[in-house]
Amino acid sequence: MEQTARGTDLVKRGLAEMLKGGVIMDVVNAEQAKIAEDAGAVAVMALERVPADIRADGGVARMSDPEMIIGIQEAVSIPVMAKARIGHFVEAQVLQALGIDYIDESEVLTPADEDHHIDKWAFTTPFVCGARNLGEALRRIGEGAAMIRTKGEAGTGNVVEAVRHMRTITNDIATLRGYGPEQLMTAARDLGAPYALVKEVAETGELPVVNFAAGGIATPADAALMMQLGVDGVFVGSGIFKSEDPAPRARAIVEATTFHADPETLAKVSRNLGVPMVGIEMDQLGEGERLAERGW
Amino acid sequence: MTVGVLALQGDFREHRRTLEALGADVIEVRRPDELDAIDALVIPGGESTTIAKLAGLYGLMDPLRKHLRSGLPTLGTCAGMIFLASDTVERDQPQLGVLDATVQRNAWGRQNESFEAELEVIGLDEPVHGVFIRAPWITEIGPDVEVLAEWAGHPVVVRDGNILAISFHPELTHETRIHEMLLDMIEGDG
Repeated sequence: MEQTARGTDLVKRGLAEMLKGGVIMDVVNAEQAKIAEDAGAVAVMALERVPADIRADGGVARMSDPEMIIGIQEAVSIPVMAKARIGHFVEAQVLQALGIDYIDESEVLTPADEDHHIDKWAFTTPFVCGARNLGEALRRIGEGAAMIRTKGEAGTGNVVEAVRHMRTITNDIATLRGYGPEQLMTAARDLGAPYALVKEVAETGELPVVNFAAGGIATPADAALMMQLGVDGVFVGSGIFKSEDPAPRARAIVEATTFHADPETLAKVSRNLGVPMVGIEMDQLGEGERLAERGW
Repeated sequence: MTVGVLALQGDFREHRRTLEALGADVIEVRRPDELDAIDALVIPGGESTTIAKLAGLYGLMDPLRKHLRSGLPTLGTCAGMIFLASDTVERDQPQLGVLDATVQRNAWGRQNESFEAELEVIGLDEPVHGVFIRAPWITEIGPDVEVLAEWAGHPVVVRDGNILAISFHPELTHETRIHEMLLDMIEGDG
């Protein structure tokens, strides 16, 4: 057969480009995956427990059972993502062997390495990683992440942290845009980010990869808020399957993501969705309960 | 001339950039009445099940069929190819049925099988750099469908009258010749 190149930057980042304007939903079994696909999800995230349950149950949260992941891959035709622990490159090797479409190196699981994230260049499968600010996003991209998401605060049903992280990234980029060339090395030092990526962002005014919102999105209006703040799409974790009536809520969040700039449509799709997941205020979270602080 | 880009989901901004670089005015299409003002249409890459779902919910299926059957020049890439076609091997989603072809979704497999390659396209002097992402290929075509490129023995660029369908993503590279083919169709010399 003719010459082809797999696992390239363009191919990895390209799949994220195809997910833009869409909703990626956390699912814990094949039945939920079907509901997500039928609602119009662009991908599903296969995991054993949604973040709200991980929070409630405590203990060490790990990669899901491959049997469950395979069941979900067989149930749907859309891309299937799955989570590996921060720094746990063997979990990532297993997920690649399973043919997962995107690996989320996720702070929602218990970190396996307190100092090092996975060397993501070593994989054919693309990675998405969480970030709270531009420096963190560029460190992950420097390690080979092909897609970024705000960390937000998973499993809370509270969008405030996702908003904070997106606004921080946007402000950080605007600041870089205003710098002269002689200021960029100092900026790279202060951001703790690779100089080449800092220079690229200063020139283009945007992240070099797709950026989704995650961590606390529970309603169609939350999704539209994040889209209007400039993200490329949204992850919804606990917000769908911890709500009273998941299927209509899932569909409404998909519609709200597409029509995020149209308040009349948002009003229409937000009606009669039942009770959303119960939310948590940030100041109710104790020491060590903030998942966003995992990783650096 | 004004080109509409179906903006329900997917990489419509990249199509917009390519078209604007070629001097076209571009509008994003999410509602049926927005089809009335355009001279050509692009259906972008994305997730075909999502695009089809939203097109159904927002009443776009029949208006799209009407405009495309009456000759609106249209380019579909990847998910766009699937959405335009008359059937899929899996038979699992609504399609416009304006391209006389059967499509196999995710034909090469999952993301790990996605690839880049150089391929020859009939009508273009130099090869095109194709980025195939969980891409479809065509398994069957009707008698009026012209195959402009194949990869691994399967059609990946086809033209059916006013409709140009492509398995890969010219909008993700600096390629402009595919979009020029679309603009040429408006002028009627393509």
